[in-house]
Amino acid sequence: MITASDRIPRRIAWKPALASPDWLLPLLALALCGIGLLLVWSATRLDPGSTFLVRQAVSVAVGLVLMWVVSRIDLRVLRAYVPFVYVLALVSLTGVLTPLGVRVNGAHSWIVLGPGVQFQPSEFAKVALALTLAVPLGELRDGERRPGFGGVALALLLAAVPMGLIMLQPDLGTMLVFAAMVVGALVVSGARKRWLALLFGGAVGGALAVWKFGFIKPYQMDRLMALFGGSDASGVGYNAAQARIAIGSGGLLGKGLFHGEQTAGHFVPEQHTDFIFTVAGEELGFAGTALILVLMCVLLWRGLTIARRSATPYGTVLAGAVVCWLAFQTFVNVGMTVGLTPIVGVPLPFVSYGGSATVATLAALGLLQAVHRARTPAFD
Amino acid sequence: MSRAYRGRFAVLRLVIVGLLVTLLARLWMLQVVDGPRYVRAATETRVRTVTLPATRGQILDVNGQALVTNRVKPVVSVDYVVLEHQPDGGTAVLTRLAALLRKPYEQIAGKVRLCGPAVTQPCWQGSPYEPIPVADDVAVPVALQITERQEEFPGVRTDLAPVRVYPYGEAAAHTLGYIQARVGRDGLEAVYDRDLAGKAGSKVVAVNNTGRVTRVVTQTMPVSGNTLMTSIDARIQEIAERALGDAVKRAGSHSGAAVVMESKTGRVTALAGYPSYDPGVWTGGISAKAYKELLGPAHPLVSRAIQGEWAPGSTWKVTSVAAAAKAGYGLGATYDCPSSYTVGNRPFRNFAGADLGRMTMHTALVKSCDTIFYQIADQLWQRDGGLTPVKHPAEVMSTTARGFGFGAPTGVDLPGEASGTVPDRTWKHATWLATRDESCRRAKTGYPELSDRGRAAYLTVVARENCHDGGAWWAGDAANFAIGQGGVLVTPLQLARAYAAIANGGTVFAPRVGAKVVRPDGTVVRAITPPVEGRLPASAGTLEFIRAALTQVTRHGTAAEPFKGFPFKKAAVAGKTGTAESFGRQDTSWFASFAPDPAYVVVVVVSEGGRGAEDAAPAARKIWEGILGLRSAL
Repeated sequence: MITASDRIPRRIAWKPALASPDWLLPLLALALCGIGLLLVWSATRLDPGSTFLVRQAVSVAVGLVLMWVVSRIDLRVLRAYVPFVYVLALVSLTGVLTPLGVRVNGAHSWIVLGPGVQFQPSEFAKVALALTLAVPLGELRDGERRPGFGGVALALLLAAVPMGLIMLQPDLGTMLVFAAMVVGALVVSGARKRWLALLFGGAVGGALAVWKFGFIKPYQMDRLMALFGGSDASGVGYNAAQARIAIGSGGLLGKGLFHGEQTAGHFVPEQHTDFIFTVAGEELGFAGTALILVLMCVLLWRGLTIARRSATPYGTVLAGAVVCWLAFQTFVNVGMTVGLTPIVGVPLPFVSYGGSATVATLAALGLLQAVHRARTPAFD
Repeated sequence: MSRAYRGRFAVLRLVIVGLLVTLLARLWMLQVVDGPRYVRAATETRVRTVTLPATRGQILDVNGQALVTNRVKPVVSVDYVVLEHQPDGGTAVLTRLAALLRKPYEQIAGKVRLCGPAVTQPCWQGSPYEPIPVADDVAVPVALQITERQEEFPGVRTDLAPVRVYPYGEAAAHTLGYIQARVGRDGLEAVYDRDLAGKAGSKVVAVNNTGRVTRVVTQTMPVSGNTLMTSIDARIQEIAERALGDAVKRAGSHSGAAVVMESKTGRVTALAGYPSYDPGVWTGGISAKAYKELLGPAHPLVSRAIQGEWAPGSTWKVTSVAAAAKAGYGLGATYDCPSSYTVGNRPFRNFAGADLGRMTMHTALVKSCDTIFYQIADQLWQRDGGLTPVKHPAEVMSTTARGFGFGAPTGVDLPGEASGTVPDRTWKHATWLATRDESCRRAKTGYPELSDRGRAAYLTVVARENCHDGGAWWAGDAANFAIGQGGVLVTPLQLARAYAAIANGGTVFAPRVGAKVVRPDGTVVRAITPPVEGRLPASAGTLEFIRAALTQVTRHGTAAEPFKGFPFKKAAVAGKTGTAESFGRQDTSWFASFAPDPAYVVVVVVSEGGRGAEDAAPAARKIWEGILGLRSAL
């Protein structure tokens, strides 16, 4: 075990030999954030007095700085702060359930710090979860090649607490992202297949229980129904139908940035946040949507490479959890706009408007780079 | 990192790439394969066509004064579709709106209903996609409030819109007509709708998810409607309405009509009907109460000058004289005017039962002797074969009357004109066939439901006669016909154009109210001239005889009293009184008059008034004086 007393250096360590930075990740992040800014601009430019573009630009700037700072921190130093980060995440997730929290779209997901300044603890909790899961799953006793029962159980327990808090908001989408991160962390950690199978069975059972005992709010139920039933364009399926119309009408090359008529008419609800992909679909066409997905694919691929090449199991699990987070969110977000997945509120990483999400995902890329810096030289 | 778990990374990569490829495939389907279909769907959700109403043309009087014009007013209108999508169907919005406008909720809500088989006025007759006007008498501050508090009033908008205004108020309301949902529904508005309406433009607009317009795609500008210039003189119209109204009220009556026409041209100068209504009630959607009143027992919507039918009484005698002259009766000869004349087995009494002795035909008209006409009618009836008519009876009286333009619509450029009735043998028989069953039933049962026993007895006798041989044209029918009773019905306009023909030397016009259709830029689209329908079946000498006799009526005859002191030097007004009896009711009072200069015809009728000399003639005199007053003011 690493102890705080002898591992925390007075200054951030700088190891020239291993410091060659990964240029691909920041470039991909910049490209995606740039596309995101254009799309947010397009989606909100006609709203009088709109500050979404400026706010998102600030978020991206803050996120990029944080990414750079995090990428500079030694993994062991990060590890030392995990308990603090984890407790902070739980405290803030509890905070949204108090009068400090603000209800948006039926869920208590926000904490207001001041006029115009609010944040979504669940986004930062994703970072915290990635860091936390890596402790029981990535810090193996000598001779251990994979986490034992204790490690897996501890990881599940540590994940269950924030997931429970998130279900109290309730925020089904974020809860599913957490679940995806747990699965990803377990898979890359080398945990036994039978536990994975057991976990899978448990998840299915849990889902059925949730269904049965009504932990899902009516609006979430409606969204699910809209996916499976959904052709009623004015009622429950309106989001889905309008999203498909906007994307479909973009064609191969799109109507051109700022020329999306569906976008200009605000036909798709939440088109600058969860449904930003519809703006890409309409204005940039298949060329644009494919570009975004290819960029994401390269980023995730690179993330998995970093996870695999990590010098320590801790880094592997951390990177794996981050990759699964981003992959799951991308799939569900794009999937819901094209009618493949239920409409659960998750943002498209780097692209959707949203300060907390943008800063958190960019910080997560910082974590990937931190892992990358601590890679096994032999694999280069 | 142990090599043992490399496989898991490969699987993970496969899963991630697989998911992303799935998304790509789905996007390809959506955007490239089905793209055109979604482009269509997008266009449908995004584009709406809005009608740009054309400014409706004005209606001007003969002096260019506007009888109907447009004024830009803040109009509050409601978007039916937006309202219907409110959770409560818009009740809350309309309640707030009614409170703001200080109107009863029902009044506002009533207008925002689509007319249908089960939904009658008040309701909206236009398209649900057009804004429905609910109020056009809105103060500007109120209109601003609606605009500023849009979150409280979704679907409610205020626009500056042209609304119909009537500078002369109720004047000529029947003639002007009204519009509903921008379509002329009555009067000149209906007849000249195509000229007045102009051509609506259209605007294709892009709308957002809430239906708010974001951009104009294409636009065709509306073409303003043409102006209709009429021969109505607003001042004479007002004079006629005032004179008529006074006469009707003084007689204790409930209805009447007046017509002023140019005798030489057939142009209508004034058409007055009593009761009338305020045409402004239609603008901005009519309230339920106002609508009920319009359809009420007073029938204010009926234009009595062209739709009212009354027995003409002695005003009819001009046709009888013409018929007599045609049948060979000397106009210069003398005839007996006894107190009664026996037709068949029934004595027909002279008017007021007076025995006036022997007199010329001239005096017969001036004094309005009835018995002379009974005698002529009886003789003509017998000449036609009496109850066993010859094969082709001459029916001189009814044929002549038709030649005067009675029994058929005048063809005036107004809708819903009545044709009146000129009874003859064929008519009597047809009417009898149609009513025989009812008459025979009444002959047996009588009229037990009537409390007036005298009336019931009379009606039973009539019913018995009508049952047995009511189809026959009796001598009494012919006698009654000759004095404008017994089934003869005319409209005031019919009488006016007949007198105009007498005055102008025999030309029967199809009267016209419209005079000219003019474009907004002043160029003439077309001039409207009253067409000549025919010539009176009377020689120039007969007409001269009639004119001479009628000239005496106002000086020494039946209308001498009401015309006492009239400045005949300024206008040699000639005329004929008429008092038509109708059983069980007050008489209908008529006065038909004309002058060579100013060449107008003035006809006044007061329903259930009394004698022509007492009610209608004074009203006609007031109109003449009004006309002369306007002349001298020039």
